[in-house]
Amino acid sequence: MEQQPLQSIKLTAEQARKLLYQMLLIRRFEEKAAEMYTKEKIRGFLHLYIGEEAVAVGVMQALGPEDNVLCTYREHGHALVRGMDAGVIMAEMYGRQEGCCRGRGGSMHLFDAKTKFYGGNAIVAGHLAMAVGLGLADKKMKRKQLTCCFFGEGAMAEGAFHEAMNLAALWQVPVLFVCENNLYAMGTALRYTHAQTDLEKKGAAYGIASASVDGMDLMAVMQAANTAAESIRRTGQPYFLVCNTYRFRAHSMFDAELYREKSEVEEWKKRDPVPGFFNYLTQQHILIDNDFKEAEAKVEKEIEKAVEFADACSLEPVEELTKYTYSER
Amino acid sequence: MAGNLITYRECIKQALREALQADERVFVMGEDVGRYGGAFAVSKNLLQEFGPERIMDTPLSEAGFVGAGIGAALGGMRPIVEIMTVNFSLLALDQIANNAATLLHMSGGQFNVPLVIRMSAGIGRQLAAQHSHSWEPLFAHLPGLRILSAGTHEDARHMLAPALADPDPVIIFEYTSLLNLEKELPTSINQVDIHKAKVRREGKDISLITYGTGVYKCLAAADELAAAGIAAEVLDLRVLRPLDDETILASVAKTNRAFIVEDASRSVSVSSEVSARIMEKSFYDLDAPVQRLCGAEVPIPYPKHLEDAAVPQPAQIVSAIKTLLQHA
Repeated sequence: MEQQPLQSIKLTAEQARKLLYQMLLIRRFEEKAAEMYTKEKIRGFLHLYIGEEAVAVGVMQALGPEDNVLCTYREHGHALVRGMDAGVIMAEMYGRQEGCCRGRGGSMHLFDAKTKFYGGNAIVAGHLAMAVGLGLADKKMKRKQLTCCFFGEGAMAEGAFHEAMNLAALWQVPVLFVCENNLYAMGTALRYTHAQTDLEKKGAAYGIASASVDGMDLMAVMQAANTAAESIRRTGQPYFLVCNTYRFRAHSMFDAELYREKSEVEEWKKRDPVPGFFNYLTQQHILIDNDFKEAEAKVEKEIEKAVEFADACSLEPVEELTKYTYSER
Repeated sequence: MAGNLITYRECIKQALREALQADERVFVMGEDVGRYGGAFAVSKNLLQEFGPERIMDTPLSEAGFVGAGIGAALGGMRPIVEIMTVNFSLLALDQIANNAATLLHMSGGQFNVPLVIRMSAGIGRQLAAQHSHSWEPLFAHLPGLRILSAGTHEDARHMLAPALADPDPVIIFEYTSLLNLEKELPTSINQVDIHKAKVRREGKDISLITYGTGVYKCLAAADELAAAGIAAEVLDLRVLRPLDDETILASVAKTNRAFIVEDASRSVSVSSEVSARIMEKSFYDLDAPVQRLCGAEVPIPYPKHLEDAAVPQPAQIVSAIKTLLQHA
């Protein structure tokens, strides 16, 4: 059962503007990324987060700078909200050496030591055990931080998910597992991949505190993430949060979307989290229409700056191809 | 020089104890390492000595606990992850190949993984096809890893400390068939260079290049060859990735002949790589083509006579080299 938004979070206008900015930044950044892909400035795989913004924005509000974050290959939004520079991310996607990983990772592998952002991991469920290990290290070193690990519902069919959940529960590590359930593992719907589609039950099966939330509702996600993070910080034990959401765009730029009806996508778009959140803010008299325009303008400038930056960036010299295969002695 | 007689098992155990004493960040985790005492009794009583936080029994979740080891290493710990035997290592291959080996390069140098994985390997205990693997070549194929092979007591005792000091992931292959073998451990040696191959016996007539269980086999063969007037040099590769070309080529430059011995099956193996490098870089030092004696290209069978026939035996090494030198 999904937790109902308790609306116990009262946003100030300043907080609301920041959240709106983050939501819009992801949306417009992703649209720009798609454009740059068609212009062949970005190559390889590109997975867009459009439609799922409330999950990354909502969950990140519950984290502090000392916490660890691990994501999937659909992670541009998480990186932006985590505080990584849009230009540096764009440069990475351009494959330029001023990118966060010198351009070596590209869209699927954003890493940033400064913000404790451990990818950008592109083997489905491959990063869950690493999250357990980061939590284990924190526990052993008696550090109070938590580790937040995002993954899709596709990952929950992997053995690696079940091993990680068991280890997390067994070792009682402070890890927040966030399932971004967008209903499709690439192109195969949840009902064709999971016998038990109440995904939160799989966390509970391991004795992990578990909940699900409407992932299209930013306020609800924030509330649920706060509850989860507070529980982890209080008990030191893992927590499993399922955010039910929807991907408006194709899985990747190669996806012809043969597996779902356009009408289904349109139906979900009625619950678009970006206008949904803004409507909430105006209804609550926290922001007015002009705030939206200002946020859009600020985002536009930021994206423009990011593209300008990436366009001006350079390629890593081929001589450095093997640099960092091993640490430099 | 003389030391005390010690088993290979005790060498590993002393290395583990020393590592645990030296650094609070070091912990051991793996299946049955604690209460059981290690599947091969390598870590017997370490749980009692260091407690369950430092000697962690894990469930049968190779991908899970190797991945957790990678995460813990990223988080500042110095985990020693034991995969009970190499035979189970493929369950963790995704973690090793896609995470441990790639993170430093893929993150543009930001995240190194100071992880040590130990696993026992080898053929010869009649354990049949699924428990008799020599997969050193498989792991040695992966850039980003340092692959070590402890073919001697000296390395079993002294490889772990430098492996833990290495900033990158290191896999140490240990050999089940050597566990009970007693040898004198030279007291003069208290560290090994995990970047260099090691000449175990000097000789001028031919280089016997090997690793793992091949080392003692080749040393025994060299003894026998010495009686026949052939001075064989025994070179223990020790580091299977990155290979120490310098030491290999220096030996070949001295003896002008190379004979490579390994248990792993012949095709796409460590010996094929070493042979290729000698040909590429030292062709004109050679008086004869490089020869190899390798495992048969077959799943290892259970019956003793067939198992023996599947891997190089010391007598084969001796006769092959006598033949080679007669024809040289």
